[in-house]
Formats: sequence, structure tokens, C-alpha cells
Amino acid sequence: MSLPPRAARPGLVLSLLLVTTALAAQDPVIPDGVRIGIEYRPGVRPAVVLLPGNGIDSIREIVARDLDFSDRFDLVHLPADAAAGASLGGVTPNHALLRTLGADFAVELRPDGSKVIVRVHEVATGAPRREQTVQLPAPFDLGFRMAVHRVSDEIVRWITGTAGYAASQLLFIVDRRLYRVDSDGAGFTTLSPAGEEVLSPTWSPDGGRIAFTRFGAGVGAVIVQGGAGARSVLAGTTTALNITPAFSPDGKLVAYAHANEEGTHIFIADAVQNCCPQRLTAGRYADNLSPTFSPDGRRVAFVSTRAGPPQIYVMGLDGTEQELLAPFDYGVTGSSNAPEWSPDGATVAFHRDVNRAPQIFVVDVASRRVRQLSSAGRNEDPTWAPDGRHLAFVSNRSGRRQLWVIDMVTGRIRQLTFVGDVRLPAWSRRMAGPASLVHSAP
Amino acid sequence: MKIPSRLSLAAVVLVALAACGKKEPEPAPAPAPAPAPAPAPTPPPAPKPEPVKTGPTPEELAAAAARTTAEVLAELGSVVHFDFDKSDIRPGEDTWMLDRKAAILSANGGLRIRVSGHCDERGSDEYNLALGNRRANAVKNYLASKGISADRVEIVSYGEERPVAPGHDEDSWAQNRRAEVEATAGAMNLRKP
Repeated sequence: MSLPPRAARPGLVLSLLLVTTALAAQDPVIPDGVRIGIEYRPGVRPAVVLLPGNGIDSIREIVARDLDFSDRFDLVHLPADAAAGASLGGVTPNHALLRTLGADFAVELRPDGSKVIVRVHEVATGAPRREQTVQLPAPFDLGFRMAVHRVSDEIVRWITGTAGYAASQLLFIVDRRLYRVDSDGAGFTTLSPAGEEVLSPTWSPDGGRIAFTRFGAGVGAVIVQGGAGARSVLAGTTTALNITPAFSPDGKLVAYAHANEEGTHIFIADAVQNCCPQRLTAGRYADNLSPTFSPDGRRVAFVSTRAGPPQIYVMGLDGTEQELLAPFDYGVTGSSNAPEWSPDGATVAFHRDVNRAPQIFVVDVASRRVRQLSSAGRNEDPTWAPDGRHLAFVSNRSGRRQLWVIDMVTGRIRQLTFVGDVRLPAWSRRMAGPASLVHSAP
Repeated sequence: MKIPSRLSLAAVVLVALAACGKKEPEPAPAPAPAPAPAPAPTPPPAPKPEPVKTGPTPEELAAAAARTTAEVLAELGSVVHFDFDKSDIRPGEDTWMLDRKAAILSANGGLRIRVSGHCDERGSDEYNLALGNRRANAVKNYLASKGISADRVEIVSYGEERPVAPGHDEDSWAQNRRAEVEATAGAMNLRKP
């Protein structure tokens, strides 16, 4: 169970990456002008050790997994040696020993009455870097895991300067029923009652509300649901078929697509006053759907069939300046769908058909350069993690359609769900507090 | 059950094609009546002829009317199919079927219908809802071109949510790319066109 020396590990990681790249390179269906691959910048991942200790194992276990899933560290695993553990996790960490293990940072979690002291040490200097005492809810309390995830995200921020994404959740659909899961795969919850059909779920930016299409008999309204489960039908969506809602970054507006005899068009409504739907797209013979806001709230990317097959466009919030966002070759490039603007605003993720199988792509908003991220099986409906470097998407690479999470920097992929046939995921931003969101009344 | 009837329809169309050479197949048994008062929105006169002394009993007449209504509804409910990611009405069997539906609607002024558009499972889930809407709209527009008032035709879309064929192969996909028509009002005592 001992690890290779630290010096050998970057090479190991690199060779694994090379294998991955080689497999991807065998794919014969890469269109011209699309570069496959993940940018790997070696040398930027600090080595982190989570110090052992007495008690609060449940907290330590969650934090360990969160730090691993952040993909920002080389995690140093300690030898299963009680003496070494004790000497490392004593009153003061054994920095000399930690240095020989190759650790750059040591994370210490120590119970203090009903609170937990969170401390990050710089191993090189032997000095504490940051420290905070937090009050956590009791284990099995609704908010316990999310509170621990917030601790993890802070630890990531202390070390890297950028917060982690652990304190977040995903909505998704199985058999037209709405479910939710934490970013680490725990907390699987059913949110919609049996018999109700739900499509296109999405989060408000603060995670306190969700919106979705309540589907039935070929028509459907956009429902906005608050944290306590209270619901309202969004203005303008009481007739015909209304799909793909998206909240504006300030949470005040909801954009959605309204399908009727005039085609499918994007509207925007005031979700606070629940009024005033306004149409943003025109053209009798084009479908326009799947709006997604830029983080500054000024632009909306969307899908349109104005040039034939669906492709990704962008427009101003007032519907002006409509233009192509993700370049394509007419008659060659496959359909493109399901855009989602990244939290940092720099890129838009979407899926595009390659030999009739959807694959995950991103387009750089400034340069309009398109990059393909997947090639094995069907991969669709990407949704951004709050950190802007992880994406969840639906893939059938393990057989059934499940949610997978990819780290855009290292290319590491993990399976998030293990149920039914999953589709239409939506990743929340970081959660400030717990929300029930369970709708109990029929 | 569906296949044989579709085959026989295809056969009729083929015969018609053979007969007409390059011309478009006419809606075969089109009554083509004189330019009578067009398909005016006259309410359907109850098909109840005066009881004749030696004719069928009222029960027999009612049964015959019910049979006719069922036959008309069956023809109204025949399914239109589409190519992958397309919403164009395909000339041939489908236009023949739609011409018959238009004739049925013309002959039964009180009849209202709902057209539902459907897709195969391959496209993007949400895009398929828009595509299904476009397919239903294509049927509505075709009927409108034959003089059927828009307010008699409601459209809905199920996207890929209601497949009729459960398979994951070309044959199942072809069956699932469809528009279905159902009567929503005025479907009693229907007349044949």
C-alpha cells in the first residue's frame, strides 16, 4: 500500500494521460478544425495530506473525497501505520515527516466541543496558512453534508485561491421524474411526485429555487418552485408547450422556449413579478430553444434551426445582435444542442453530433474556437460545476445513460449516478445553505 | 395489422402512379363533386334517412352509422411518417393520407382534431420537442392548404417521450418519427367524404 516516491508520481500521472490521449487519437471521426484533448499543465498540483486524528471520521471522510474530486491536488496517502498517524496528527504536525512524504500542505480537522477547527499548514515553512473554527450541524441533519462540503470548498480556496465545487447539487431526470444528488454522489432524493412528468430542470443562481417543464398531453408549463416546495406557473407558459427554462444570473428573469403554430421561440419573463413575457427571437420557420445566460446577464446563447439543422447562436438580452456562436460547416457538421454558458463566461459547453452520436464540445466565446472533449459512446447535455472546470454530462459509456463528471484540466472522469436512465442534468452554483425543494403537495 | 394496411395503401398509390405516369397521384376515390358550395362549414346533417317501411330497423341504421363513424375515425387516425430530423410531408402515401383527412374534415364540418408530433430517440431530448411541434405544424399547414380552417386543428408535441416502437433500430425509429391525428370534438355520426 506504499506509494511510489513522490518524484516518480508525476511521470506516472503523465503516462496515464498519454494513454488516454492515445485512445482518443484513435477515434476516426474527428472533424477538421476540431482539436481533441485536455490541456494538462504539469507542476501546478500541490501535494496535500489530510492528517489523521481522533473522532469526526465522518467529516474527515467527506473532506477527503471532496479534495480528491476537486482534481487540484496530488493527495498524499499516509501509510496505514498507527504510530506514524499519531505522530503526524499530534498536537503539532510532524513537518519533517510530512516533507519526506512529499506533502506541500497538510489539512488538519480537529474537534473542539461541538465545533470543528479547520487548519491548513504549509509544510515547507511549518507555519499554519489559514485556520477557521466552524459550527457544523449534527450528522444526519439535513444540512450536515452540505456544511462539510462548504468546509472542503474553503480548504481548496485557501490552498489554490479558487474555491472548490463540493457544496453543490445536480438535478436530473429519470423516466420523466425529477431527482437531485449532491456533487459527490450522496444524498440521492426524489423531488417530484409520482405520476407527474418533469423535463428540463434548472437552478436559480442561489440554489433556492428551481424551474422545469411540467409535461402532459403534448403541452407543458414552466413551473417555478421555491425552496419550501411552493410552486407557480411562469407567466406566458400556461398554453402550448414551454420548455428549457433558464434563470438570469440575478435570479429575476427566466428565459424559456414557447412552441406553437409559429414555431418555437425564446421568451423572457419576470420571475419575481411573474409577468411580462417578451419574445426575443423571430422567424416563422425556425425553432429557437435552450437559452442560457452569460454570467454578466447581458447575452443569451441558444439553439436555432435558422440555417437548417440546430446550431448554437448568441444574442443580446433584448433579442438584438443575433449571430452564430459555434462555427459549423453547412451540410458537414452535425446538429448542435444543449448549450450552457460557463460560470466564468469564457466558454459555452454544448453537444454536437459526430457520426450521429452526440459528443461534448466547448466553444471559446472570444475566439469562437471549438474543442471536442469526448469521443467514446454517446455523450450529451453538459452542465458546468460551480468551479467552471468540471462538467457533468450524460454518457452511455458504461451501458445505460448515467451522469459522469469530467475535469477539463486533467481529463479525469468519474461516474456520478448509478440509477435508471439519466438525462437532462443541471448543476447548481455553490449552495449557501440547505434547501428542501421537495414538493409534497400534488 | 398496421403493416398490411399500409402496404395495401402503398399498392393503391403504386397503381395510381402507374396509371398517371408522372402526374401526382390523385386522392384516389376523391368524390370530385361539381363546384358545389365548397366545403362550407355546414353542420353535418344527421345521417338518418326517413325510416322506410320495409327498410332496415332503426337499430340497424344506428349500427351502420356507428360502423361508418368508426371507419372514418380509423382513416382519420392513420399515421403520417417523417424522415430523420425532417418535418416535410413526404409526397406519396403521406400526402394521399392527408388528402383523405382533409376530405373527411370537409365532409364533417363539426369535426375538430388534435395533431401530435413525435420523434425517434436519437435527437437531443429538448430539440425533439421542438421538432415534434414542427411536424404537427406541417400536418396542420398541409390541411390548411386543402382548405381546413386553422381553428379546427390543435397541435401538440411529445418529442421522443411516447415511442410506439420500443426498439433501438432503424425500423423502430422510422415508426416513431410520426404525426398522429385524433378527433377532439364533433366525432359523432361522421360521414364518409
